[in-house]
Amino acid sequence: MIALATLVRRDIGVALRAGGGAMIGVLFFVSVVVVMPFAIGPDLALLKRIGPAILWLGAMLASLLTLDRLFTADQEDGSLDLIVMSRTPLELSCAAKALAHWLAAGVPLIVATPLIGILLNLDATATFAVALTLLVGTPALTFTGMIGAALAVTLRRGGLLLAVVVLPLSIPVLIFGVAASNAAVEGTMPFGTPFSILCALSLVSLVVGPFAAAASLRQGLD
Amino acid sequence: MRLTAQGLKCVRGGRDIFSGLDFAVPAGQALAVTGINGAGKSSLLRLIAGLLPAAGGAITLEGSEAELTLAEQAHYLGHRDALKPSLTVLENLDFWREFLGGEAIDGTAVLETVGLGHAIQLPAAFLSAGQRRRLSIARLVAVNRPVWLLDEPTSALDTAGQAMAAALMGAHLRSGGIILAATHGPLGIPAQDLRIGGEA
Repeated sequence: MIALATLVRRDIGVALRAGGGAMIGVLFFVSVVVVMPFAIGPDLALLKRIGPAILWLGAMLASLLTLDRLFTADQEDGSLDLIVMSRTPLELSCAAKALAHWLAAGVPLIVATPLIGILLNLDATATFAVALTLLVGTPALTFTGMIGAALAVTLRRGGLLLAVVVLPLSIPVLIFGVAASNAAVEGTMPFGTPFSILCALSLVSLVVGPFAAAASLRQGLD
Repeated sequence: MRLTAQGLKCVRGGRDIFSGLDFAVPAGQALAVTGINGAGKSSLLRLIAGLLPAAGGAITLEGSEAELTLAEQAHYLGHRDALKPSLTVLENLDFWREFLGGEAIDGTAVLETVGLGHAIQLPAAFLSAGQRRRLSIARLVAVNRPVWLLDEPTSALDTAGQAMAAALMGAHLRSGGIILAATHGPLGIPAQDLRIGGEA
């Protein structure tokens, strides 16, 4: 347990310091959402209707952008070798790394959501709904994305491969995340149905992600 | 305790690097792995560390804790230093000590031993190649592991650094440890020689 807590603490520390890249994700997220109203035009009703979808798309692309470095950085400096050799099961180390990544790069997206929801003409209820679905859904993005990050670890330019591998896995999360947000905004269907499925997707990815990532890391050792 | 390898075979990129390699190292002894560039010295160490799959043969560590694998009882000092440039020297050492399950000792004392006492709060990004090597060696001292797998441990070290490394390796052997080191130069400790690959 001490080992895992140490790993989480180090990864957050490295991500938040200069050159860590955690803030890159938030900046990207904010930029995408900020330019969107300029592209769409001042149609407040339209913005309100597609607002949740834009926020979700931004969050998904931002998480893809930062996941790239999840294992590659440790592979390049040799830390991954020592993590693989250590007495801590690799599955748990993977889960700890993903948790640290979510805390450093995922939580800031959720915090930024209320600030930029205003730009999309979202009222308090809608903003709260999107933030809540992001809170539940972004762990699923991180833990499924981790599988792609582990597959891409031995490749020099793995970023694009990561996107290709991870996007299909992320689509269910996107569908139910946006569906739950829209349900809260428009009220045409019960919020609980898509939201429960979103929770289920997150829980499944929490279990499957670390095992799949550890297996592909072991396979890719070289 | 005794580390034995029988009929080890290593294949990388479809090419046989070495095959039929046998050796045995009893507790308290060191094995210096020598050979020309590309002979497979680093591959042999990574194979023992469990970081490369063996194409054949077996490695066993007799008389050790049965529940732990060989990799879990070994330190691996590779070409890459496993340091995070944005963390300070002490933070880097403390991370590995806690992650690898070392005892709660004072990292500062260990850093004094390896000659980094003056740079404790310096981010690792500013260290020279030799200083990075010293910090990696500090990890071996801070966490207790019976088997040390060292890939050119003295590279980039100055004369004092080489003497320091030799003293630490000597102390490890005296406490009953095992050292396997890939090297081109003298290690500064008594060691059997294992030459792999052809003559230069």
